[in-house]
Amino acid sequence: MRLRKRLASIGLNALAWLLSLVVLIPFVVIVLNSFKSDAEAKVLKLTLPEKFIFENYKIVYEQGHLGGSFFNSLLHSGVSSLLLVFVVAFSAFTLSRNHSKLSKFLYFFLILGITLPLNYIPLMEVMKSMGMINSHVGMILLYTAMGIPISLFITYAFVSNIPKELDEAAIMDGCNGVKLFLRIIVPLLTSVLVTVFVLNFLSVWNEFTAPLYMLNTVEMWPMTLAVYNFFGQFSAQWNLVSADIVLTSLPVLIVFLIGQKYIVGGLTSGAVKG
Amino acid sequence: MNANKIYPWYFSSGAIVLYLLFIVAPALLGIYYSFTDWNSYSSEKNFIGLEHFRTILAGDPTYLLFIKNTVLFTLVTSIAKTVLGLFLALLLVSGVKAANLHRMIIFSPQVLSFLIVGLVFKSLLDPNNGFVNVTLRSMGLDVLAQNWLGSLTWAMPSIMAVDTWKGMGYIMVLFIAGLLAIPRDYYEAASIDGAGFGQKLFRITIPMLMPTITIATVLNITYGLRVFDAVYVLTNGGPGNATDVINTAVYSSFAKGYWGLGSALSTILFVIMAVISFFIIRLMNRKVEY
Repeated sequence: MRLRKRLASIGLNALAWLLSLVVLIPFVVIVLNSFKSDAEAKVLKLTLPEKFIFENYKIVYEQGHLGGSFFNSLLHSGVSSLLLVFVVAFSAFTLSRNHSKLSKFLYFFLILGITLPLNYIPLMEVMKSMGMINSHVGMILLYTAMGIPISLFITYAFVSNIPKELDEAAIMDGCNGVKLFLRIIVPLLTSVLVTVFVLNFLSVWNEFTAPLYMLNTVEMWPMTLAVYNFFGQFSAQWNLVSADIVLTSLPVLIVFLIGQKYIVGGLTSGAVKG
Repeated sequence: MNANKIYPWYFSSGAIVLYLLFIVAPALLGIYYSFTDWNSYSSEKNFIGLEHFRTILAGDPTYLLFIKNTVLFTLVTSIAKTVLGLFLALLLVSGVKAANLHRMIIFSPQVLSFLIVGLVFKSLLDPNNGFVNVTLRSMGLDVLAQNWLGSLTWAMPSIMAVDTWKGMGYIMVLFIAGLLAIPRDYYEAASIDGAGFGQKLFRITIPMLMPTITIATVLNITYGLRVFDAVYVLTNGGPGNATDVINTAVYSSFAKGYWGLGSALSTILFVIMAVISFFIIRLMNRKVEY
């Protein structure tokens, strides 16, 4: 009986490693190739490079518009996420506390966007009419709007769990709505707001469709478009493409490692209780 | 206490204005455009009624193929991600060592953009020098080597596999959270009654996970129907139109300047999504009650 249990445990552990390897190997192949010479990288194999060539990264950085596009991605992700946190905190607070029919309707109306597919063709028209095509401000506001439904959904549930007695006590002590929100509610919301920030930062960083439709000058491109374009130019040079892929994924993986708790927490919230 | 005063709804106006401008207005405008002949070749937008819808649904069979591909992609990836996600979650809560490390590794592709994942697999699946074929050949399995993204038979399954590879970690994480929320007593009681692994799985675990399965299904379906990046990066709809889905067709009709037609395709997607989401939620809710 004991032996059988141990064998089962070894089997399960081996299986877990096998499945993790299925996820890891593609990345390992890419990382190894990013250090190989052009000729050596012609065939994608799981072998160590004969000599580690760091030069690839320099070439990629210089020819791939990575500096400027890194800045664009950072600007779009950072500012839109900050704005989103601000906007969502306010609306989640009022919509979840105010039990009028209007606020209920507004809540459902806003979270409807979780499933609504975005129609980019008329969106272009709308943005053009506001003079926001090919502009940082336009992209930032668009990303903020795109983030609202899911972020509101996450934050709303969180606010509902803060006891209303707190509000009543604060109001007895002479707080008004704004003071109550800033002094009492926002500090309690910190962790969920960090979650909203991190999740939105990642999704904007990874966004490919919106910039494809909305941005047509190289200077405005985020990293996703720069990488796609780089691949188009150098698709035969896998060492360079690999280095490009590594450089672009690094920031995301770092954000993921730092914000892991918030990412997983945010993605699972609501999914358990349903 | 007057709630309207303490929690004035206009605190939400920032969110509401942005949402109306960037999400709702384009959606409504898109429905209107789908009834017009709007295109890049003339400055006029003439109302032409249901003509685009007739073209898409009854005129040109390639459009039906795009709809069929979208539905097929959604069905296959949804089922694959749910089954694999549940399997992975059960494995990782069964007491394997370093479960957190495995969870992190398997989840990690989810945080990368599909562009990156797409490019990685575009190189790995290259017919001549890609990792997959090179590995198969080095093992003497030359027969199994395929032109993964370039053949009519294999392109769609390859895209689905890559998409499942990327997305299964997210579904796994949802299931892990769901599994950890099931009270241990249920399993202890079942063990005392002599229930085996299968009985526990189908009598306790899966019924208790129904809310998570519902959410996972809705997420998978809404993601699947909206898919764009995966197909665009891996095959750009090719070979021919074989792997085109609704959103890649919208993009190419946009690029060709057929804006009214593109909007009509988007509107069809919108309707399909609304109907499917509605039915799934109804169906799943009914099952939970039993």
